[in-house]
Amino acid sequence: MKKSYFKILGLGLLTGLVNGLFGAGGGTIVVPAMQKFLAVEEHDSHANAIAVILPLSLMSTLIYSRHLKVDWNALFYVSLGGIIGGILGAKLLSKLSASWLHKIFGFFMIVASIRMITG
Amino acid sequence: MILFIIGLLSGLISGMGIGGGTVLIPALTIFLNFGQQIAQNINLLYFIPTALAALVIHVKNKRIKKELITFLIAGGIIGAFAGSYIAVSLDAVILRKLFGFFLLFMGISEVRKK
Repeated sequence: MKKSYFKILGLGLLTGLVNGLFGAGGGTIVVPAMQKFLAVEEHDSHANAIAVILPLSLMSTLIYSRHLKVDWNALFYVSLGGIIGGILGAKLLSKLSASWLHKIFGFFMIVASIRMITG
Repeated sequence: MILFIIGLLSGLISGMGIGGGTVLIPALTIFLNFGQQIAQNINLLYFIPTALAALVIHVKNKRIKKELITFLIAGGIIGAFAGSYIAVSLDAVILRKLFGFFLLFMGISEVRKK
């Protein structure tokens, strides 16, 4: 039992580190890790990931915002689009085959990543 | 408005279980020349209210495992502290490249999903 606490602490540490360093991506660590190493069922892993990443993001944004200017105007328009996109996504995506969507987005992510690395 | 469209796309894909940040952050830096840290902070800030809304529903549905998340958060806060301080002290161009490698890794894993 004690040993697994250390495992969970370590997993949390890694999640916070990635999420803080990149301002994103905590979920890509903690969701599969919960399923693989902690035997959490898929639906629950997504729900609990949000509960974990929320305070970590709060902590990170406090540090970021102390060191940088926050672009509130950009945040407003991005959030407006994000809320509408989230609602549309919830309604649309269950009707579409997710498999090829993942491949298309994956392809765009690779193209964007190369631009970010080389540009 | 480009910002609105970028937000819309990020919101759409977060419904697929891919973090919205994987669209939002690269789009802000590539198309609108945002500094890497500024873009990352927008994603963090944007995540907070949406996550809060989702969390309320998950708590109501009794999906939250309190003991598990307590330990994850305890470790996570230390990691978040370290990661964030590294991020704000790095040069924006170097952080952008590091993010690029992280995105490359995530993109490959998305393409390989069955």
